[in-house]
Amino acid sequence: MITFLFAASVVLVTILLVYELWIGSTLPRHKFGLHFFVTSVWDPIFDQFGALPFIYGTLVTAGVSLILAVPLGIGAAIFLAELAPARVSDILEFFIDLLAAVPSVIYGLLGVFIVIPLMREYIQPGLKKSLGFLPLFQGPAYGVGFLTAGVVLAIMVIPYIISVSREVLLSVPRDQREAALALGATRWESTWKVVVPFARTGIMGSIFLALARALGETMAVTMVIGNTPTISASLFSPGYSIAAVIANEFTEATGDLYLQSLIELGLVLFLLTFILNGLARLLIVITSQRGSEMGQA
Amino acid sequence: MSSNLRWRKFVSSFMLTMTGVCAVVAVAVLFFILGYLVYHGGTSINWSFFTKLPAPVGETGGGMANAIVGSGKLLLLAALIGVPIGFLGAIYLAEFSGSSVAFVVRYSADLLNGVPSIVIGIFAYSLAVLPFKHFSTLAGGLALGLMMIPITLRSTEEFLRAVPRALREGAMALGASKWKTIATVIVPAAYRGILTAVLLAFARVAGETAPLLFTAFGNRFWSPGWNQPTASLPVMIFTYAIAPYEDWHRQAWAAGLVLLGLILIINILARAILARGVAVPRS
Amino acid sequence: MKRITGLLVAMSLLAGAGIVLADNPLSINGAGATFPYPMYSKWFDEYHKKYGNVQINYQSIGSGGGIKQVTEGTVDFGASDGPMNDDQLKAFQDKHGFGILHFPTVLGADIPTYNVPGVSGELNFTPEAIAGIFLGKITKWNDPAIAGANAGVKLPGNDIVVVHRSDGSGTSYIWTDYLSKVSDDWKNKVGKGTSVNWPVGLGGKGNEGVAGLIKQTPNSFGYVELIYAIQNNMPYGRVKNSSGAFIKADLASVTAAAAGAAKDMPGDFRVSITNAPGKTAYPICSFTWLLIPEKFSDAAKRDAIKGFVSWMLTDGQNDAEALSYAKLPKEVVAKEKLALARVQ
Repeated sequence: MITFLFAASVVLVTILLVYELWIGSTLPRHKFGLHFFVTSVWDPIFDQFGALPFIYGTLVTAGVSLILAVPLGIGAAIFLAELAPARVSDILEFFIDLLAAVPSVIYGLLGVFIVIPLMREYIQPGLKKSLGFLPLFQGPAYGVGFLTAGVVLAIMVIPYIISVSREVLLSVPRDQREAALALGATRWESTWKVVVPFARTGIMGSIFLALARALGETMAVTMVIGNTPTISASLFSPGYSIAAVIANEFTEATGDLYLQSLIELGLVLFLLTFILNGLARLLIVITSQRGSEMGQA
Repeated sequence: MSSNLRWRKFVSSFMLTMTGVCAVVAVAVLFFILGYLVYHGGTSINWSFFTKLPAPVGETGGGMANAIVGSGKLLLLAALIGVPIGFLGAIYLAEFSGSSVAFVVRYSADLLNGVPSIVIGIFAYSLAVLPFKHFSTLAGGLALGLMMIPITLRSTEEFLRAVPRALREGAMALGASKWKTIATVIVPAAYRGILTAVLLAFARVAGETAPLLFTAFGNRFWSPGWNQPTASLPVMIFTYAIAPYEDWHRQAWAAGLVLLGLILIINILARAILARGVAVPRS
Repeated sequence: MKRITGLLVAMSLLAGAGIVLADNPLSINGAGATFPYPMYSKWFDEYHKKYGNVQINYQSIGSGGGIKQVTEGTVDFGASDGPMNDDQLKAFQDKHGFGILHFPTVLGADIPTYNVPGVSGELNFTPEAIAGIFLGKITKWNDPAIAGANAGVKLPGNDIVVVHRSDGSGTSYIWTDYLSKVSDDWKNKVGKGTSVNWPVGLGGKGNEGVAGLIKQTPNSFGYVELIYAIQNNMPYGRVKNSSGAFIKADLASVTAAAAGAAKDMPGDFRVSITNAPGKTAYPICSFTWLLIPEKFSDAAKRDAIKGFVSWMLTDGQNDAEALSYAKLPKEVVAKEKLALARVQ
């Protein structure tokens, strides 16, 4: 009986959380409605609040992080699952898991003192010189900005992609691989053309998981993104993300509309991560089930 | 060998080497982080870091003694909230795992797990700060405890379910009641896994900063009791890192080393415990 | 498992007992402006050394945060360099049933600080230049509006990186209050406040964050309270005042700016001294206030806070100049001592 109460309390807490978020954002929901999502003005003086710059910043930084982390992560996962001998694979996986345990604020610390100067002195000017004709790489090189935040986020989500992809790749039944090799495929071809597509859904799941993590990241992002609600095509521009603006402005939001607009942003973030996490789990489960089914066939 | 085959073989070796490079890069990042922290943090750690309170702004010296103790208190509270609920809830889930209630509980736990930490901070603020008109260690501990619950719950459930049926059936065949079986046979059998789960959850919340920003707030002095705001290591790192004072940067590195060292030690310990015990699935 | 749980329970019981039995100091919490934070942290440290059983914990989260949290009641007092406006005062009154009082503590200055490669000395800035830069109209360091006031200084043609506050800030209030007075363009487009819709620039958190950003970003330009630039060896410029002279912020020029206001200080102490008249007055400075509720339900806290304010008005003022904050004019101190009696 007692255990039932404790288990039920988990449900209660979750319901309460969603309820608080919903109730806490009534004012802006009624006042702005859906306009909230397409307005880009964030003006506490004139009581105009629009979520667009924050949604943009959150999506752009997450996008940049995935572009960097996915190839690297899947590559590493392939190595660990297909090539490395079991012990090496386990040892490396151990270190990757430790990387996942590093807290956000430490990434922020490293971001401020290592990544930002690197960006400002070398990488951003370098990109400007070589690819400056693209609107992506125009504008002054501040050091902070979307690109820097994306890079820091990429380092943070790689371990998730690696560990989940490695597991789904390992769960692909041996006969798939062996059949390909028997038909004359090279190691790479059997991996890339047979094993990976088989585990494709699970790998997608790992990417969604990584995306959900990147969207919700607060500390590391707020320390390197520049904290300016701007929408810009350039990756060098400073920006803002949903989590960062909540962290910066929550304790000082005078006025109910201001505070509740921040809470509504929190609700939006919650919904985004909720949907992504759900999808991710679904995809991973589907892949593992396929693996075990085919293995038994 | 036809040229086609040579090309394909070349591609194969090349791509596979590239994947090796990816793996090496990923692991190298960890060592780089550790190395940098050890270098900068190690040179900054001194006795006063651990024993002194923060000095007035702009003055050098001073340490983070109150933040270290504050983090300890917060984590103790988090464990007091997260572990019982997670553990007992997991027992329920393991025993009645087919029921629709169990499904709802699992779903809620996964939902809670995915909530961004800043949103947990908002929740804890409206629950534990506003009604009491006080930032407090309690509110901070509540926020961290909420984050511990789903991790402890799901991991413990997995370890409980991994206990072989034979043990359970054997106990019941000897006449033990359901709950006696759980208490005396199943839980001890899964004990290593449960400990691992708790330690990993602990390590996860030890580094959380965002939920503490509007719950535990901050304190330049010792925080008496549980009802006052308190300093904590992660928040101090944040505050000091974005400031211009060189001395604060130094202290931020030291704090970063202490925090990361603690978290890594807990992680390694947890996995070591697991490795020596019964083989159970990793979550 | 059981052993560990048992251990945890025992530890927490011990800790709880320790706390109950220990001699608890009276803990008072305040939050707000980063502008006077170096001063306040020094004061509260000194006061604690003197009265060991009183601990005043001040968190610098920005003036906006100070106003918000003291209105919510989550802290015992607030601090702000932008006085609470009538709406905010009314909100406090409505929520608590009694009012909140402003107590000036020191005078400080917002100074224009910068990080320009090749420039280590003092630059001169006209009001038009500052407004133009912050409006995004003046984008390069060698723009005539800046170069015109700095004959003989080699200014690079680099883009200016504007830095402002990302949080609700009294320092911003002072800066935007000044800009609203000297630039109609600014007044209409942006206005004054603790949190405005900045046309351009990067956001730093707190005076500390802005100083940190400027220190690390070449070609940057922003505003911080004087002591932050001094403590971090950052160059800062002179500003042209209403009489046409380029004045550098220091104790004399800030005191001169406050001289006029001291005589006509309103009863609630809310006053703006930006762009003050006077040949030697520095144009961008301000009082900074403690926000103290009129009534306290906890008598011990009330007495401790009143005790601190009395100490601050007498002994505390002697610490101000070492940190480059100007002391309060004598007339203001006298008025405050009388006002203190209103805190019940």
